[in-house]
Amino acid sequence: MSEPWEEEGPGTIKKFMYVNRKAPYGTIYALESLEVVLIAAAFEQDVSMAFLDDGVYQLKKGQDTKGIGQKNFSPTYRALEGYDVEKLYVEAESLADRGLSEDDLLVPVEVMSREALAELMNEQDVILSF
Amino acid sequence: MPIEANGKMYETDEEGYLADLNDWNPELAAAMAKADGADLDENHWEVINFLREYYEEYQIAPAVRVLTKAIGKKLGPDKGNSKYLYELFPYGPAKQACKYAGLPKPTGCV
Amino acid sequence: MSMLHTVNKSPFERNTLVSCLGHATAGSAILLIEDGVYGALEGTAHSDLLRGALADHSVYVLGPDLNARGMTDDQIIEGVSVVDYGGFVDLTEKHEKVQAWL
Repeated sequence: MSEPWEEEGPGTIKKFMYVNRKAPYGTIYALESLEVVLIAAAFEQDVSMAFLDDGVYQLKKGQDTKGIGQKNFSPTYRALEGYDVEKLYVEAESLADRGLSEDDLLVPVEVMSREALAELMNEQDVILSF
Repeated sequence: MPIEANGKMYETDEEGYLADLNDWNPELAAAMAKADGADLDENHWEVINFLREYYEEYQIAPAVRVLTKAIGKKLGPDKGNSKYLYELFPYGPAKQACKYAGLPKPTGCV
Repeated sequence: MSMLHTVNKSPFERNTLVSCLGHATAGSAILLIEDGVYGALEGTAHSDLLRGALADHSVYVLGPDLNARGMTDDQIIEGVSVVDYGGFVDLTEKHEKVQAWL
């Protein structure tokens, strides 16, 4: 019998991409996606997160939710690295449309063109869209 | 079921996790441990305080794997391993220590 | 008859703001709330939408929703006023009717 601290080795590693297209707080999608990613991180798959369209707003610096009585979950994006979720992709066109730049984001990310992101999507085994 | 500490009653959920994070105090942690038949020494406190700081920074309770790695980074490999942490918290380091730290049940914890 | 229109959807995701502006008659007020606050930001692909509306409408944005999303008063289009919840209530009282665009 194995001890509780002994983990089973991973099976076949698949590429999972979580696609985030919704702004935070107005709907539950952003928070749901983040929670699913944190849970799924335990399964040792090749996980990445893509932020495009209004999803780029999830990573905006300086979120302060005291006035709306909702939990500010933006600090949790900084915990992703500790969960070995290190591939965060942000679509350049989505940033530009919103007058945002990489400096406006609260975690280190890889900014890429829509074309490059589309390529990356093609390489995935599983895409989960939020 | 509510739990008593300092002559005050505190609300918890059905698994004993504190209902309101802001209610937490060290006496309450000790009372929770005592209800589980455990006494908290400085090694327990080190982990409990670490968890509170982690929550403060990231707004989540870490999964056990993440906790172990983060403790190792901060306190060294002697403490950043599952065996050490399971000896301190036999019900599961993340689950049990999070409870005493007043945090919600760790995300990704089954 | 004066109308207060509220918009709670991002202009990048829905056409709610466009539709609201198309139906709001001159003199009516527009309040952006929740994800609608993104429509009040300067320097975006949709900033012109609201800037064009300022000639005929008084436009407001709810501050707490702006701050929750990491935006501050100095990032919004000039001429748009920031209100708090008290200001929201005042606006609903000042206008005979409220139309909530969803």
